[in-house]
Amino acid sequence: MSKRLIVGIDDQPENCRALEFARQLAVERGDISVRVIHVLEWSPYSFLTTEELMERKKRRQEELKRAHEVIIDPVVDKFKAQGIDIMGEVRYGNIVDTISDYCKEVEGDMIVVNRTGESRISARLFGSVPSSLVQIADVPVIVVP
Amino acid sequence: MSLFKKFSFSFIALLVSATAFAEEKSLDDKINDAIKPIIDPFVGAIFSPMPGSEALLGMPFPWIVLWLVVASIIFTFYFGFIQFRGFAHSISLVKGDYIDPNDKGEVTPFQALATALSGTVGLGNIAGVGVAVALGGPGATFWMILAGLLSMASKFTECMLGVHYRNEYEDGTVSGGPMYYLSKGLSEQGRATLGKVLAVLFAICCLGGSFGGGNMFQANQAASQIGSIIPFFSEHRIVFGIIMAIVVGVVIIGGIKSIARVTEKIVPVMAITYVGSALLIIVLSYDHIGAAFAAIIEGAFAPTAVAGGAVGALMQGFKRAAFSSEAGVGSAAIAHSAVQTKHPATEGYVALLEPFIDTVVICTMTSLVIVITGSWVPQDQEGFLTGIDLTAKAFSSQWSGFNYVLAIAAVLFAFSTMISWSYYGLKSWTYLFGEGKFKELIYKLWFLLLIIAGASMSLGVQRPRNLRLIASLSAPLAHRR
Repeated sequence: MSKRLIVGIDDQPENCRALEFARQLAVERGDISVRVIHVLEWSPYSFLTTEELMERKKRRQEELKRAHEVIIDPVVDKFKAQGIDIMGEVRYGNIVDTISDYCKEVEGDMIVVNRTGESRISARLFGSVPSSLVQIADVPVIVVP
Repeated sequence: MSLFKKFSFSFIALLVSATAFAEEKSLDDKINDAIKPIIDPFVGAIFSPMPGSEALLGMPFPWIVLWLVVASIIFTFYFGFIQFRGFAHSISLVKGDYIDPNDKGEVTPFQALATALSGTVGLGNIAGVGVAVALGGPGATFWMILAGLLSMASKFTECMLGVHYRNEYEDGTVSGGPMYYLSKGLSEQGRATLGKVLAVLFAICCLGGSFGGGNMFQANQAASQIGSIIPFFSEHRIVFGIIMAIVVGVVIIGGIKSIARVTEKIVPVMAITYVGSALLIIVLSYDHIGAAFAAIIEGAFAPTAVAGGAVGALMQGFKRAAFSSEAGVGSAAIAHSAVQTKHPATEGYVALLEPFIDTVVICTMTSLVIVITGSWVPQDQEGFLTGIDLTAKAFSSQWSGFNYVLAIAAVLFAFSTMISWSYYGLKSWTYLFGEGKFKELIYKLWFLLLIIAGASMSLGVQRPRNLRLIASLSAPLAHRR
């Protein structure tokens, strides 16, 4: 039965262990499709100066363009070259919520993310992406060390 | 821009200011001389009292106040009391209930409102109210609240227009505000020349407002307040001005936005603290609340009371509401025009919360504290108190620690207002003189110099011209639809 992996990637896809894990699995099994998502952290309640307000639309276009060109496109090209079914997406929002929502949308079977390696104190205080995902996701979450 | 450049710019700004403050009085005159010939005939006309008003009412009644209030009444009726009908809808818009998921990462209604508010909630809310109550008596509070509620309809109108007629460029930048809706809106009605003239007039006035009420008045009152808790600054106001100019310069010339962002995060907290402190003082003086409200109502309608009776109260109250919320002035429309929405009216709904928060909540709190603590009644030994000194007296009457809250609030409000107005002014400057790094730098340096000048002046010299400049903004709005 074919499975769909959702891979959350940060801005350094070349060092992304979750991505490498998904690639190996896809190559080995052959019936795995991969959806990668890069989330640009964004809150609708953050504060901007008037100048930033006026330039927001422009910045957003630039950020999206850069994320596609530097992060998503190279990954998609690399996976395609190896015959893997892949698509990529850049979104704004809270990282955990956005990955979880995206997974529901594209009917993913599993979420794969990197271990982030926060110390216990900072994880207690701020939480971490993997641990929060484990708590809220509707599908199994693989945390790659 | 490299870090070196950033700092060298700030440094140059400092040097220029340091040489300038030696002759600060004459500098002030120079500013006056530069702007006066352009603005004076115009300002003189709109601030001229209505004929016969002095004889009839015992005091001059400027056209401009009547203008703003009549406009807000007309808008209130025209839109069928939108400020009351639409209030719940405004709240749900700000909460983000209607944000299209595809628009994530764009400016949200909340962000536009918060940024516009940080430009509006300034020292007018603290010091300006002190002036209004000192001159108009407790009754001014009543008229201020009424005018604040009415002006929500003006704000609704101007911000809706700001979004509707904004320019969205290919690269994604947005330009909006009265310059654009006056020229585009009126040319749609076949009055292109009139629109163009009014747009230029607005830009000139907005520039004046960014130097006056949006800058010098803020610096001035913040300096007064900080001087009252740190005596060093009261003897060397100019030093406070220079510090303020450096910090603002780092943000607007150095492009180090993080400082502004930090402040703007503190400002809402500060606003809540300020309102909270005010409430606490009111609660602590509970036995005077009844008498205070009686004084407010009596002052609002009594034919004879302080400074011109009911008419004086009405004038001061209306004036304060109009200048504090900037409703009908057009400045907020600049910030609101950046929002991501397909329906301009939604931003009108969001914007109508602005006069509510600014005037009906924050200004009213200041005013209630002054009235309830009885501070507005002049004591013989201290002379006639006005502006922030009156507010400070009222706040410290319960607990001297409130003075510190007030001083910190004053400096932060002043700072965030200056940052916002520097942008409004810059947009007007580039509208008039065209864009370009060098031209923009000249404006910014000028802006910084005026902070220093503003901080070192005394309110007596300062206030009338300020009010005039910021108020003259509203004249071009005469002809909006």
